[in-house]
Amino acid sequence: MTIKEIQDEIVEEFSLFENWMERYEYMIELGKSIELISPSNKTDSNLIKGCQSKLWLHAEILEGKILYTTDSEAIITKGIAAILLRAFSNQTPLDIINSDVKYIDEIGLKEHLSPTRANGLVSMIRQVKYYALAFSKQE
Amino acid sequence: MGFDINKIREDFPILSRKVNGYPFVYLDNAATSQKPKIVIDSIVDYYSNYNSNIHRGVHSVSQEATDGYESARQTIQTHFNAKYSHEIIFTSGTTHSINLVANGFESLLNSGDEIIISGLEHHSNIVPWQMMCEKNGAIIKVIPMKENGELNLPVFEELLCEKTKLVFVNHISNALGIINPIKKIIKKAHEFGAVVLIDGAQASSHFKTDLQDLDADFYTTSAHKLCGPTGVGMLYGKEKWLKKMPPYQGGGEMISTVTFKKTTYADLPHKFEAGTPNIAGVIGFGEAVNYLNKIGFDNIKNHESSLLDYATKKLKTIPNIKIYGDSLNKTSVISFNVGEIHAYDIGSILDKFGIAVRTGQHCAQPIMDYYNISGTVRVSFSFYNTIEEIDHLYKSLLQAISMLS
Repeated sequence: MTIKEIQDEIVEEFSLFENWMERYEYMIELGKSIELISPSNKTDSNLIKGCQSKLWLHAEILEGKILYTTDSEAIITKGIAAILLRAFSNQTPLDIINSDVKYIDEIGLKEHLSPTRANGLVSMIRQVKYYALAFSKQE
Repeated sequence: MGFDINKIREDFPILSRKVNGYPFVYLDNAATSQKPKIVIDSIVDYYSNYNSNIHRGVHSVSQEATDGYESARQTIQTHFNAKYSHEIIFTSGTTHSINLVANGFESLLNSGDEIIISGLEHHSNIVPWQMMCEKNGAIIKVIPMKENGELNLPVFEELLCEKTKLVFVNHISNALGIINPIKKIIKKAHEFGAVVLIDGAQASSHFKTDLQDLDADFYTTSAHKLCGPTGVGMLYGKEKWLKKMPPYQGGGEMISTVTFKKTTYADLPHKFEAGTPNIAGVIGFGEAVNYLNKIGFDNIKNHESSLLDYATKKLKTIPNIKIYGDSLNKTSVISFNVGEIHAYDIGSILDKFGIAVRTGQHCAQPIMDYYNISGTVRVSFSFYNTIEEIDHLYKSLLQAISMLS
């Protein structure tokens, strides 16, 4: 699936919910079920800056596609990270560079992606793109 | 004067708004207080009717502005019972005040002199002293804290010696709300001839402090913590110390005569108030102090302690809750965690229910390191909070825990 298709799928899933509480419960579920970063990659250099809770991001390239893994101490942060990586992980560097995160607004979680919110998610998106840029130069 | 909570809430325009569809429940008072209409109006009135620069003007409106500014100084002097009004220096807030003293003592201390800081300090209380010590070679010693959040006083007494020149302690710890025994600390420090600065930022909204009785050499607070505007605060200093300290910043207002050879400095308090001050802010500060005195600090204390008791009892019934700084000697602050749930998650869900709390380290990383935690949820009550709001907090917290577990 393309990034856009996955994003549309997520938007559709979230459209079933009637209120914020259901959306949050689903997001928390996604956070719990995400494939976590391996403990050996939970290093300081993989730590995203500017968070109240620790957030890690690791990236590696496999057959031309970037695989991202993440973890966070806060489950809400982890849930949103899961929603982001579901779209961006296992995609080509170029597709990642050319994509956006507007779907986060559409599923009603926009407030968590404010640059002034100290959860590190905005920095994480930037880091996802930097990795894509770096890997695209390697090819 | 009686204490009518509904009437008091009407004084605060912001308390009638909604957040995320719920009535706004503001429990982040230790970060900043809300402002009563009378304070907001005093600022609007200044800009609408008598805005002018102060002290230098000969015209009528400048005189009115100067009167407004100086009468706020007297209000604050009276409130804190300082001996002279020129012992009250207006600053941009506590952080500025502390930097001012640290800067002043840079040349008054020598290499090897010691300063003692409590282990409960806010970052703003630690960094300026580290910067000062880098310049003059003085050494920082720390009073450790105990498990219940109180300072370890026997260790403090061991740290005191002839080399101790300065002692810095906050009146109340911002992260835990513990009231420190500052009168005792000041007395002990004075036995060794040390100067004492008390950071009163967390205290001034809860009780009245008598500075002459306390005998602190310096005391500081920020207006925004006590229903006043942001960007303004005070530094109280005993006259003899303010005279000894060199000025902090050069500029207009703080000089007496200027030639290219030499400048002589103005008398107190102007020596430390370089440039055009925050006139509107100072006027609002004075109005806020008047407002709190009208409510009455006894009333404030009674109401806040019943809120604290009620909330503590209620929160303690929640399984796996851990309250930090479980001392009886504290203000209306509860800092807690629930099981393994991250404070950020709890804060995010409470926000959806319209409840404002603080999460994180509260600018007091050493305290968090002591408990080996990454942060806490902190609820802090003010005299305008209600029992019903605590009930809403309790219910919402249970909901958050069930969603996050």
